[in-house]
Amino acid sequence: MSYPIPVQQARPAIRALYPVAIVVVLALWLLPLVAITVTSIRSAEDLMVGNYWGWPKSFNLFENYQAVFTQTAMARFFFNSLVITLPTVFFVMILSTMMGFVLARYRFRGNMLLFALLIGGNFIPHQILMIPVRDFMLKIGLYDTPYALILFHTVFQTGFATLFMRNFIADLPGELFEAARVEGTSPWQVLWHIVTPLVRPALAALGVLIFTFVWNDYFWALVLTQADTVRPVTAGLATLRGQYVTAWNIISAATVLVAIPPVLMFFLMQRHFVAGLTMGAVKG
Amino acid sequence: MTDVLRASAVRTATRRPGSLWRRHREWITPVLLLAPGLILFLLIIVIPTLQSFRLSLYDWDGIGPMSWVGLGNYSELFADPQFLTSLKNNIIWLILFLLAPVGGLVLALLVNQKVKGIRLAKSLFFMPLVLAPVTVGVVYSWFYDPTFGMMALIFNAFGATPPAILSDPDLVTFGIVAAALWPQVAFCMVLFLAGLNNLDEDVLGAGRVDGARGFPMFWHVVLPQLRAASFIALTVTVIGALRSFDLIAIMTQGGPYGSSSVLAYQMYEQAIFSYRMGYAAAIATVLFGVMAVFIIWYLSRVVSAEARRDR
Repeated sequence: MSYPIPVQQARPAIRALYPVAIVVVLALWLLPLVAITVTSIRSAEDLMVGNYWGWPKSFNLFENYQAVFTQTAMARFFFNSLVITLPTVFFVMILSTMMGFVLARYRFRGNMLLFALLIGGNFIPHQILMIPVRDFMLKIGLYDTPYALILFHTVFQTGFATLFMRNFIADLPGELFEAARVEGTSPWQVLWHIVTPLVRPALAALGVLIFTFVWNDYFWALVLTQADTVRPVTAGLATLRGQYVTAWNIISAATVLVAIPPVLMFFLMQRHFVAGLTMGAVKG
Repeated sequence: MTDVLRASAVRTATRRPGSLWRRHREWITPVLLLAPGLILFLLIIVIPTLQSFRLSLYDWDGIGPMSWVGLGNYSELFADPQFLTSLKNNIIWLILFLLAPVGGLVLALLVNQKVKGIRLAKSLFFMPLVLAPVTVGVVYSWFYDPTFGMMALIFNAFGATPPAILSDPDLVTFGIVAAALWPQVAFCMVLFLAGLNNLDEDVLGAGRVDGARGFPMFWHVVLPQLRAASFIALTVTVIGALRSFDLIAIMTQGGPYGSSSVLAYQMYEQAIFSYRMGYAAAIATVLFGVMAVFIIWYLSRVVSAEARRDR
């Protein structure tokens, strides 16, 4: 039994209209995305004569996307984003598994305080950290290097990730840990041989989420980097928009390219992605 | 039974004292596991937050010496028309963002069916959620373009003059919020779909047997079961509204003439372009104070739920 009542049980008229309604709503929903994609295959001549939405004179799909890679620094921005995002995901997974395990399986004074601190840290406005973190990175010589972003994102995301792992590990069957304790297994062995294999699905969900969060970050890219050799795609796209003010076909192509990795990640790992996002939404 | 086992384990342990490590590993290990993350968290999150509070009491250009001004930055703030505009815009964001849970719930109810192709449709509905705010900003800037954008096309088709949304001080914030709602509605939709998939079948069945239909069925039987999803949707929406920065930076840079700025953006502007670190820190502190109200509300609910679970 589900809610709303399955459309199969509805009157024939509603049954026939349902798919139409979905398609119409979806088309409206994605209209802005359609606009940018259509623009990304237009030629400069079309834009010059004001033919923005009519039938294109020529399809410049290949030319425009090639131009993004050859005439702009976009390829470099992509590389930078990967250099920042992948290590961050890796470090977050390690740190949050370690901390989540302790928070879930050990009772100690301050456990709840730590838990609250991590949630709070996850929700604070980034601006409250901006000036001191920027100064800190300048002082230790990491400003305007990928390490500054890796370090910051790792720490910031570990807060959320630890809560996530804590909840997951707390839901593992307690008998496993009881048995391990009885046998005198060391905590390291418990972590390595019992927890690590069992948290793999959680880590997959976490990995997709953290990848998306870090890939999409713009604020910290602005605050902690300056050079084109370091800036990730989000900041790169913003710069590009300043340079190619009227070349909407090139900007559109670059925008589509920036969107591809997270969208691809989402479609490949949708189950994990949704499971990760909705972890707290199901049980209260 | 387990008590007996544990007692014997303890006895074995005490009989064989072993090395220092063996005796203390029970508490050393958790400390070692927490230490790296905690130290980094203190260094990058907790201490900088406190430093910002302190900085808000000084004048500082970012390089030279800092000079103490007490609450001077704050008294200047509340007389600053730009600050009041930003604060007003934050409130507009907050109120309009409450449409996100509603829209998300409506879409979730629309697609919560088992028909062919619905999986793909759901994925496409979710898609704005994974796009970078920068992407959303560029996409909507193009959509809104008053001469060539798709919205201009639609307005022209109806014989109307398209509004220059992003350069009109009265419309600009609404234009940006509409863009921001796009991924936010998708986010809430994901949350509510998860909630709808976990409804209690017995309660639903009982409701239907009792003849509950239409709106009363939704209001009295379904909605109470979506409490967890609603709570999270509301939280992420409020936090998201107050955190808004990326879209403003991309679409208008606070313009025209600061009319679309919010606290987060004004703070950034003051620090990066005007080198007024103390003033910027004061804005950040005010924003922190506003968000702290919601964070504390959220924390009190989560922590008491946790305590119930422990008992």
